[in-house]
Amino acid sequence: MLHTVNKSPFQNSALDSCLRFANAGDSILLLEDGVYGAASGTAKSPLVEGALAKKIKVYALGADLSARALKETIKGVEITDYAGFVDLVVANKIHSWL
Amino acid sequence: MSEEKKKIMFTVRKPPHGTIYVYEGLEVKLIMAAYDADISVVFMDDGVYALKAGQDTKALGIKGFEATYGVLVDYEIQKVFVDRTSMEERGLTEEDLLVIGEDEDTEEPIRPKVVDSAELGAMMAEQHNILSF
Repeated sequence: MLHTVNKSPFQNSALDSCLRFANAGDSILLLEDGVYGAASGTAKSPLVEGALAKKIKVYALGADLSARALKETIKGVEITDYAGFVDLVVANKIHSWL
Repeated sequence: MSEEKKKIMFTVRKPPHGTIYVYEGLEVKLIMAAYDADISVVFMDDGVYALKAGQDTKALGIKGFEATYGVLVDYEIQKVFVDRTSMEERGLTEEDLLVIGEDEDTEEPIRPKVVDSAELGAMMAEQHNILSF
């Protein structure tokens, strides 16, 4: 399953909740304001670090990282582009944490 | 026989009256229930507030939805779950939740089922579609 999160973890609990329900082997794509969750060294970084430790794959959309000048991302987060986004959507069932 | 019944889960994560999500989501559930699908509804995060019994929206000038939630079972929507963590974080208990119908035989009230996150996560993995409201 692919979970998409498009809200900043500082704004609401979407990422937090998503991680509470996600199963090992699932993927999470952070996009739009969701990419703030991929930044390293923040108070919310442990959320994604914990997900990676639980064998959940985490992707962040490069265009959204660049637009927000987010250069330092958590180790293990895979940066993807729109083509990669499409591949993930084709390969998985989707759960949008709006 | 036709193909396997579609498993469709609705998640409700927003509080009830500040936006139209919970109202519109309920409409969609009732419409979907008319089709031959395996429907489940999960209330989590602020969505659990939508299930708090005793909501009085008269002064807001809106109808509210407690009456409709009260007969969900009659609409063939019986799989109604509440995330235990979300409920407890908000200081709510099972007794605070509204009734979604009554048992046909015993006339006992039916309440939403409170479930742990891990169990809900496993249910999510089995769905064909998950729709968020």
